[in-house]
Amino acid sequence: MLKKLAFLIVLASLLLAACGTAAPAATQAPAATDAPAAAATDAPAKVYTYADMTLCYPQLGAESDWRTANTASFKETAEQLGVNLVFSDAQQKQENQISAMRTCIQQGVDVIALPPVVEDGWDAVLQEAQDAEIPVIIVDRSVSADKSMYVSHIGSDMVLEGRKAGEEMNKLLPNGGNVLEISGTTGSGAATGRAQGFRETLNANITILDSQTGNFNPTEAKPVAEAFLKKYAGEIDGFFIHNDGMAEAVVEALKAAGVKPGEIKIVSVDGTRGGFQMMIDGWVQADVECNPLLGPQVMEMALKLMNGEKIDAEVLTNETVYYPDNAAELLPTRKY
Amino acid sequence: MKNNTPLFKRVRENRLFWPLVALSLIFIFNAIFSPGFFKLGILDGHLYGNLIDVFNNSAPLMLVALGMTLVIATGGVDLSVGAVIAISAAMGAVLINPVFGNEEITNAVAADPTLTNTPLWLVVVVTLVAGTLCGLWNGLLVSRAKISPMVATLILMVAGRGIAQLIERGQIMTVYYKPYHWFGNGFILGLPVSIYIVAIVYAIAWVLVRKTSIGLFIESVGLNAKSSYYSGISEKNVKLFAYTFCGFCGAVAGLILGSYIHAIDANNIGLNYELDAIFAVVIGGTLMSGGRFSLLASMVGALIIWTFTITMYIFGVPANALLAGRAVLVLVVILLYSDYARRILNRIFERKGLQHDTAN
Repeated sequence: MLKKLAFLIVLASLLLAACGTAAPAATQAPAATDAPAAAATDAPAKVYTYADMTLCYPQLGAESDWRTANTASFKETAEQLGVNLVFSDAQQKQENQISAMRTCIQQGVDVIALPPVVEDGWDAVLQEAQDAEIPVIIVDRSVSADKSMYVSHIGSDMVLEGRKAGEEMNKLLPNGGNVLEISGTTGSGAATGRAQGFRETLNANITILDSQTGNFNPTEAKPVAEAFLKKYAGEIDGFFIHNDGMAEAVVEALKAAGVKPGEIKIVSVDGTRGGFQMMIDGWVQADVECNPLLGPQVMEMALKLMNGEKIDAEVLTNETVYYPDNAAELLPTRKY
Repeated sequence: MKNNTPLFKRVRENRLFWPLVALSLIFIFNAIFSPGFFKLGILDGHLYGNLIDVFNNSAPLMLVALGMTLVIATGGVDLSVGAVIAISAAMGAVLINPVFGNEEITNAVAADPTLTNTPLWLVVVVTLVAGTLCGLWNGLLVSRAKISPMVATLILMVAGRGIAQLIERGQIMTVYYKPYHWFGNGFILGLPVSIYIVAIVYAIAWVLVRKTSIGLFIESVGLNAKSSYYSGISEKNVKLFAYTFCGFCGAVAGLILGSYIHAIDANNIGLNYELDAIFAVVIGGTLMSGGRFSLLASMVGALIIWTFTITMYIFGVPANALLAGRAVLVLVVILLYSDYARRILNRIFERKGLQHDTAN
């Protein structure tokens, strides 16, 4: 009896699962195949609108306020424009992102926008997307795969951010000094790019005493900062921290070490509210912006792709550097 | 009988012996290569130094290790403590957060450190109750539904972070309410608050397991559940108690961990704590198959893990080698605790002991 029941349940769930995947595929298929045919036969080619679009966004996780703002930007924009957003959260794991992408490919979405958690290892799944003729836009961080594997990369130039941070550090320490670096996730485009750019522009009289990963995660960054503060007590002139969340953890460690705001110069990246608050309080001297509100731009690009328009292979977001002098004025305008 | 065993052998067979040897080895290593490690100063009226960091950072792990010791002693394992930490910390964050629902936190809220939705005592109580309930759930699955501990706690391990995300509505909640920061960053009489919290929980656990018969019951269930049952020990209730207490410990750890950085990230808070806690218990000499246990030795195990981690930071071990470093620690400990290593060590020391005896 029980066995029969269990069998029925399994059967029912299988059927349901089958319907679940079949339904979108069925509705999707005509839309996808009609397009070229319609364009060929009917004189006025079908112009797609946002309502026709199914966009897949396998978000990499929710490791910082920046990421939360990025997620919110996509969800809100999709709702406003009527885009069907297939959203998933990979919890900072590449294998989750890849399986989410495979699901999207099977569903036959129109465009995939991928914020890669690390740089390497995307070739296979990008090839699968290409075989399925689904264009991929790389969002935010970069990938090491060949440029022909995806249509465009939109996001911040991480090396440029690192260079900007290096210039700020040069300005803050004109007479040279010792700095420490707390970097992001090892192997991520953001961490390697920022580290590289920072080293490129840093004056010769400034030495990087030590560098350790905080994994973009405040809880991991705090013990690192604590250990650094004891090891290099009295020698530290500056900190370069790869995001604002970790900077908050470092500030917490500085407070415990009895350091007064401004005694150790801090250059951080992101420009979150927390970052602005730290500038107002005098802890952070320069915050390099890294704009997370990419939803509107990405969806515009996706629509252009669907309508067969050309888009640039490399799109940069508008970013600046923020300073403490106008932080208090700007704080109310910050969205993340 | 007891007096006949050589003193050194008795010391060596004490559960605390090997963990303390390991800890002092790391300390000696630090003393030689980084003398600054032991420097303690007084700053703003509290002690300041690497040792304080080790204690403050390892406090949550020590708590989790306490609970895990009891669970492992009953012959089980609790894989869900990391998730329990996330759930309890998320509960605290949601209760403090003065903004309801998906409303964005306004800058006025961020600037006012006294704003909270719920009084602090209630936040603490709810945090602790949430974790304890998670533990109770695990306990019921294991003791009443007779699901094997690994599978039963796996359910909450997988689902727990999802639950925590639902509680926080997928956001990383930053707590601007100052009094909440005290648990992880405050000081009493120059020592971090977290140390006192660990001491209190340890005292509760010690009284429970050593001054009542619960400790004996746990050991007897771990050694042989069936014969305990026939001796009239309620195996079910003993297990239920162990898992519930483990949930409670996870909740206290969640309170401290959430307070450290005061931004509660359901995905990352207490990540891999279950594995570190199991490791701490193993270092403490409690067998994974259950039976005799030592709470203090497990706490020393937690201290070893954190001393080692902070030592690696001090020595500037590159980021990509940190995990490999940990692997070496695990390997060395497991080898030291193997029967083979024990036998060799026993042989070496016994021979010396004999010579010593004949000389007398």
